[in-house]
Amino acid sequence: MNLTWIIIIVIVVLLVALYITIYNSLQKAKVYTDESWSQIDVQLKRRNDLIPNLVETTKGYAKHEKETLENVVQLRNQLTHIPSGDRAETMKVSNQLSDSLKTIFALSENYPDLKANQNFSELQEELTNTENKISYARQLYNSSAALYDQKLLTFPSNIIAKIHGFMKVDYLQTSEAEKEVPKVKF
Amino acid sequence: MLFQQIARNKRKTVGIMTVFAVILALAGAGLGYLFGNRPWLGLGIALVLSVIYMLLVLPNPANLVMSLNHAQEISEQDNPTLWHVVEDMAMVGRVPMPRVFIIADQSPNAFATGRDPDHAAIAVTQGLLDLMNREELEGVLGHEISHIRNYDILVSTVAAVLVGVISYLSGLASHFIWWADDDNDSDSDSTFVVVFKVVAIIFVLILGPICASLAQMALSRNREYLADASAVELTRNPQGLISALEKISGTGPMKKADASSAGLYIEDPLRKKNGLSHLFDSHPPTADRIKRLEKM
Repeated sequence: MNLTWIIIIVIVVLLVALYITIYNSLQKAKVYTDESWSQIDVQLKRRNDLIPNLVETTKGYAKHEKETLENVVQLRNQLTHIPSGDRAETMKVSNQLSDSLKTIFALSENYPDLKANQNFSELQEELTNTENKISYARQLYNSSAALYDQKLLTFPSNIIAKIHGFMKVDYLQTSEAEKEVPKVKF
Repeated sequence: MLFQQIARNKRKTVGIMTVFAVILALAGAGLGYLFGNRPWLGLGIALVLSVIYMLLVLPNPANLVMSLNHAQEISEQDNPTLWHVVEDMAMVGRVPMPRVFIIADQSPNAFATGRDPDHAAIAVTQGLLDLMNREELEGVLGHEISHIRNYDILVSTVAAVLVGVISYLSGLASHFIWWADDDNDSDSDSTFVVVFKVVAIIFVLILGPICASLAQMALSRNREYLADASAVELTRNPQGLISALEKISGTGPMKKADASSAGLYIEDPLRKKNGLSHLFDSHPPTADRIKRLEKM
């Protein structure tokens, strides 16, 4: 009689401990996913802050590239007006912006004075850094999301996830258009 | 896998420190015996001194290792590209931003050191910066960040620091042999001198191999393969590290590398050619590392 009670209590304690562990690991995976998204967000904001300087610096040297510069400014403004929850839209516009920035750096090859400008080369390193950070943060986000989604699908964490209403998160996809080699026009 | 590796590295550190304490205790007891027939006193002094030493060095071993290797700490303005690549790798590796150092040496190399990810530091040589493009730099630094993540830096830094102490003592003992040689004119001293010489010779003969095996214990070559693999996990690009290793393997030794920290570097900085066997190599053959990376 006594022994049965002890066994029951031990099993209950173990089950509760298991439940707590799984719940915490789900929360942790969720937090990692959100945190890695915020890394992307931070870099996007940083890039938006750098762009006006880049445009100002480039304007003086490359007067004939008005269209390219206007396009960058327009995409930048568009990016600041997307509601913060819309990850897919944010990534779409920010990828277009990446391509436009690449065009600016490519066109600097045609303007030796611009290329030699100290301010421009610093901005170029800063923006390259930001672009790299964005792509590394994307990768981090996708691997965190994979880990989290895997927990939602596998037993026994899927049961606890269902009880507490954990929702699946989506990967950041690369659209078909972006997989093409970027076209650099002069 | 990562957590097992971290636990194993922490156990290894305890093991290495124990071996170190035993060696010092024996040495202390020996000296205590020679100077006045008090082995216990010698042992006590040796243990107290080594505890003091560990308390001084272990809270921040990175500083000591960096100064032994003549590394200069830099800030973001000094080399933005290097700084930004380290930042990228630290971000995907989910470790805090380590301190960054540059060694003025033309031979390309790099290492990571420190007690844990919160007190980590990375050093690269000027030669590495001159020779590598951004992609290759990412490969090398991804490798170093993986050492930080795995707590490899704890084992290898502690081993490097302690091996440094032992080789210093061993060097001291070899001076004593020379000193005793000069001094053996008086008859009353001769037994003492003979005993002293024997002990000193044993010191030198035994401590050398022990140093080597201590280093060996810490620097299991598997660790390098693991860090290579984890670097690819961070950069998602084996090619960067492959071409970095190819470039590094064709170069000469570093001018002033600290021998006891040789095991920390991504490639042996002394470029020792050990004709007899590869048993005591601190690093796996580069060709093997490249071959494994190519399969990924």
